[in-house]
Amino acid sequence: MRILAGERELFHELVRPYEKSVYFASFSVLQNEHDAEEVAQETVLKALKNLHTFRAESKFSTWLVSIALNEARGRLRHARLIDFDSIDAAPDEETGEFTPAVISDWREVPLEALERKELRELLQAAIQGLPEMYREVLVLRDVQEFSIAEAAATLGVSEGVVKTRLLRARLMMQKELAPKLNTGRGGLSGIFRRRAGGSWF
Amino acid sequence: MVLNCKHVWKEISNYIDGTVPLELRESIEQHLATCRHCAAVLDSTRNILVLVADERTFELPVGYSERLHARLQREMNASEAGT
Repeated sequence: MRILAGERELFHELVRPYEKSVYFASFSVLQNEHDAEEVAQETVLKALKNLHTFRAESKFSTWLVSIALNEARGRLRHARLIDFDSIDAAPDEETGEFTPAVISDWREVPLEALERKELRELLQAAIQGLPEMYREVLVLRDVQEFSIAEAAATLGVSEGVVKTRLLRARLMMQKELAPKLNTGRGGLSGIFRRRAGGSWF
Repeated sequence: MVLNCKHVWKEISNYIDGTVPLELRESIEQHLATCRHCAAVLDSTRNILVLVADERTFELPVGYSERLHARLQREMNASEAGT
């Protein structure tokens, strides 16, 4: 690899395709734009410094994003040591039944509805409301579209653990959002009710 | 294999990802064809995931990439100057 031979300028281009994933992985842990950006920068500098330790059999993307997650978790642990009140118990992966919001029908929310700030904020709040272990896996798989294998390699857990966490994360999202978004006959609060003509706008 | 609603919920994530074995997939689809609640749970979950994946839902801070590469460049320049 030319970079290992000293052509460090190429490192910019190596990082570029994954810089978005690095930011969102950091954000999934820290939930703060400023901290997530700082951690993203530190991640890239650390990767540059430790490039010689990168093993070619693993993917550069998973290596880079796993550095970001570790850096973000380290920062969060440090913050929690200072702010004892923010310590929350990690959910038990083996217990607890996860059920969806049972609805009788669903009318599709179109992508164009994302032009509405309220919808974007509702989705963001639902993700931020997930416990950290579920938020991380949902962001990797469903926001960054990593494969199950890539998410497992990035998080350092088995594919089975990724699938279990993903199931719970997705059902928690459905449970939180479906009653709020459902504009069908079974809708509850229906804050996004369509206008009479069926339009979202 | 006859599935109840809880069986279907447990497999719904793998079903969305297309990772359930064929026989189980067929059983899930038989259940979905007759259970409007599970069909609505599947449709809503899938719809929510499509919305979450859209780049409008999570945007990068303005100037993020430029600041990242500028800092990287400063680090490289300092490193070269020091060697």
